[in-house]
Amino acid sequence: MATITAHGKPAEVSGSRPRPPARRQSRRKRQLQNNLTGYAFLIGAVACFAIFSWYPMVRGVVMSFQRTRRGETTWVGWDNYERIINDPSFWTAWKNTFYFTALALILGYAVPFFVAILLNEFRHAKGYLRILVYLPVMLPPASALFLFKYYAYDPSDAGLFNAILKFFHLPTSEWMQSTTMTMPAMVIASTWMNMGAAVLIYLAALQNIPGELYEAAEIDGAGIWRRIWNVTIPQTKLILSLMAMLQIVATMQLFIEPLILANGAGTQDSATSVAYLIYQHGFFQNDLNGAAALGVIMLIVLAGFSFVYVRLTSQQD
Amino acid sequence: MAADSGTRTLISSAQMRRGRGKYIYWTLLVAVVLIFTLVFIGPLYWMVTGALKSGQEIAQTPPTLWPKDPRLTNYTDAWNQLDLAKLLFNTFYYAAGALIFQLVLDTTAAYALSKLRPAFGNAILGLMLVTLMIPAMVLIIPQYVTVIDLPILHVNLLDSPLALWLPAVANAFNIFLLKRFFDSIPEEIMSAAVMDGATPLRTLWSIILPMSRPILGVVSIFAVTAVWKDFLWPKLVMPSPETRTVSVGIYAFSGGTPMNVVVAAAVIAAIPTIIFFLIFQKSIMSGLTAGSLKG
Repeated sequence: MATITAHGKPAEVSGSRPRPPARRQSRRKRQLQNNLTGYAFLIGAVACFAIFSWYPMVRGVVMSFQRTRRGETTWVGWDNYERIINDPSFWTAWKNTFYFTALALILGYAVPFFVAILLNEFRHAKGYLRILVYLPVMLPPASALFLFKYYAYDPSDAGLFNAILKFFHLPTSEWMQSTTMTMPAMVIASTWMNMGAAVLIYLAALQNIPGELYEAAEIDGAGIWRRIWNVTIPQTKLILSLMAMLQIVATMQLFIEPLILANGAGTQDSATSVAYLIYQHGFFQNDLNGAAALGVIMLIVLAGFSFVYVRLTSQQD
Repeated sequence: MAADSGTRTLISSAQMRRGRGKYIYWTLLVAVVLIFTLVFIGPLYWMVTGALKSGQEIAQTPPTLWPKDPRLTNYTDAWNQLDLAKLLFNTFYYAAGALIFQLVLDTTAAYALSKLRPAFGNAILGLMLVTLMIPAMVLIIPQYVTVIDLPILHVNLLDSPLALWLPAVANAFNIFLLKRFFDSIPEEIMSAAVMDGATPLRTLWSIILPMSRPILGVVSIFAVTAVWKDFLWPKLVMPSPETRTVSVGIYAFSGGTPMNVVVAAAVIAAIPTIIFFLIFQKSIMSGLTAGSLKG
């Protein structure tokens, strides 16, 4: 291949110095040239990452130890953390968030998997069903949540859910006005809105299972449930555990559901979430430093959780 | 995707076609189609028709299935009072800008990381992928303070579309998808182009991009839907009523507006995404499966 670089002047640098072997030099020059072009292509995206991701990551931690008053920033050590933890809403918010995550794991995690198994068996109407499940994912969350807030969770008998419950002679509920139903109601809305994405990912995984495995299991006399337990679940284990992880991280950031459905905190703080508390401290109480400290606590909890989770799942293998 | 004679699944097709199996299969299918239509279209129907009812009718028990006296006033009120035309235009504008910024900056970055491979390229990619592990909520405060006073430049980006466009570029998932796709383009094609004297930019434009249409489609869809669905970030960085997105606008107005009008606005806000989805549903479906891991 030609040793000439893009500038076409390979031997010009020689001068009085003892000249290194021409090959090595042009190679080095070509490498430099290549690096420069490479960075020219990268610079835009790298700058965006630097300004809007990497720098804020560091800045969040620094901010959590500082306090800014009248334009003056001082180092205050653990003060912000103390204030945040002593906030009466702190533990309620964590309790609510964990409760939501747990409910969302039971409902939002199991349901899409079984829906995917069911859809995978159908030979007809597959496309239609897939579009249906995915439709809510495409709606702006504010649109979907206002629908739930005003029409589905209307506490009078005119609400969609109460009308259905009444039709079946079941007890109706006050939904967002009741302290016990707030969380389940938010999980239902959130599952409805988000399950489509999970269903499609599971469907893709299910289609990769070799049919012979089911064949063999059937010959061995395994019924449908046994086949799900011994073939489907082990074969989709990787994606199942990954999705559990993503689901937990996503639900721990619960924010828009309390904000729109429960006007923020809900009846007697029944809807306050950690993410909502960050928002409230940062933008209503004008306590950006406290909010940053709460963000760091959230990060540590999620990272610790991920660590334990990865440990547990890798031990199983 | 399994056609009639396609791969074997949980239950064999033979078993489904015979006697009792066939009966159960069709009953189940019809039941599922009906239930799914009710569960996923039902609420949308309720929303669209509910916004046609009068305030009196909506509060009535038992609720009516079809409005007795359908009136469009809620929709026209929503359109006028909330200045929905302006809000929708803003959202389109932000989505289009985010799309262009991401297409230009993310594809060039992925191209550099995949084909030009400058020194420390892998370290840079690693640092980008780390950001996927950081939950968005954790960064919201420091990102916000960064945007109101950009480091070094000391510019305030509040109410500037750049506050939505530039952070959208820092999307490690898109760069990863693009890089993986570019990696699969054979090196020989690249060397042939270099031999012909093509510059890296020319190679990207005339060889890589035309071959990458499917993944570019996927990234575009993700970029547009992300802007359309985002709520908290645009709420924070676009505080003025004139620069709001449609979701934030509806939320901001929901306080003092009759609920039927709010719901009518929510319906109007949902229409563009539903149309977009119905047009692109094939690419969205295949994009999601391309983005997922093999089980």
